[in-house]
Amino acid sequence: MSHETINYPGLNLGSAHGADHDAAQRMMFGFWAFLMSDAILFGMVFATYVISATATAGGPGPHDLYDIRSVFIETLLLLASSFTFGMASLALKYRHGKPRLIGWLAITLVLGVAFLGFELHDFITMFAKGGVPSRSGYLSAFFDLVPLHGLHVTAGCIWLICLVGQIARYGLDTKVKLGIMRLALFWHFLDIVWIAIFSVVYLAGLT
Amino acid sequence: MMMHAIDADGRAERKDEERREFRSYVWGIALALVLTLLPFALVHWFGIPRFTLLIVIGVFALVQMIVHFRFFLHIGFRQRREDLMLILFSAMLLTIMVAGTIWIMASLALRMSMPAQP
Repeated sequence: MSHETINYPGLNLGSAHGADHDAAQRMMFGFWAFLMSDAILFGMVFATYVISATATAGGPGPHDLYDIRSVFIETLLLLASSFTFGMASLALKYRHGKPRLIGWLAITLVLGVAFLGFELHDFITMFAKGGVPSRSGYLSAFFDLVPLHGLHVTAGCIWLICLVGQIARYGLDTKVKLGIMRLALFWHFLDIVWIAIFSVVYLAGLT
Repeated sequence: MMMHAIDADGRAERKDEERREFRSYVWGIALALVLTLLPFALVHWFGIPRFTLLIVIGVFALVQMIVHFRFFLHIGFRQRREDLMLILFSAMLLTIMVAGTIWIMASLALRMSMPAQP
């Protein structure tokens, strides 16, 4: 088993899942191609942010607007949710039963929603301090980049709710399994984008 | 009898694999936590010169991304060739486009601000 080649990105179901394992290869490759194009999109928005970072036009800058504690909590929440999604993937692969799988997915959802709550609170605080998108080039770029990631997380949360519904309605058939596996890739990918955001936007902004 | 032995073998092997994969996630989150905590602590508590700090943050971010790829997305050298090529090609595109954009715009900003004093 340990020398089985990895057929696609993410946790591989392995030959014990028979036809589902084979069906996964094409699906996961296609989804991975989407994620890579999404990464390029994020990369360009990052480039836009970096070149606009100094264009504050006399308005509030990173030191006035960012709250490192809040960002740190958001980072931990997203990291924890990545781990709990990993546990869900294991529950799927090793057939720990639907209740455990749904349990891990539910914890992931709670962590994701908590992340969004903190992020929204950050934005509201920024608005209150005069940090609105129309204030300067820097703020336009900020509100292009960070909420774009937040929007992705929101989409991931909605997708997760749909999947839990599908598990309850259809059970763990091929389509549902592949859905969970693709969302796992998406979720871990968003956590990687967040690493770039907290490093490039928040930490570098606060140096 | 034979079938039974093979079955038990397969089960033990799967248990083994499960333990290994579980441990991989635990390693992933432990390493990621360290790689997150350190740069946050450095920015928050230590007055390190700005340029050094930026480089340190960048290195930590890159290493943490590799950790996430390895332990959460399970991407390694046993990957299918097509998958690895897609990842490397995307990384190359990202590097060219992002670094190129920043380079050109920074250079432009520098040239535009130079002739302030005749």
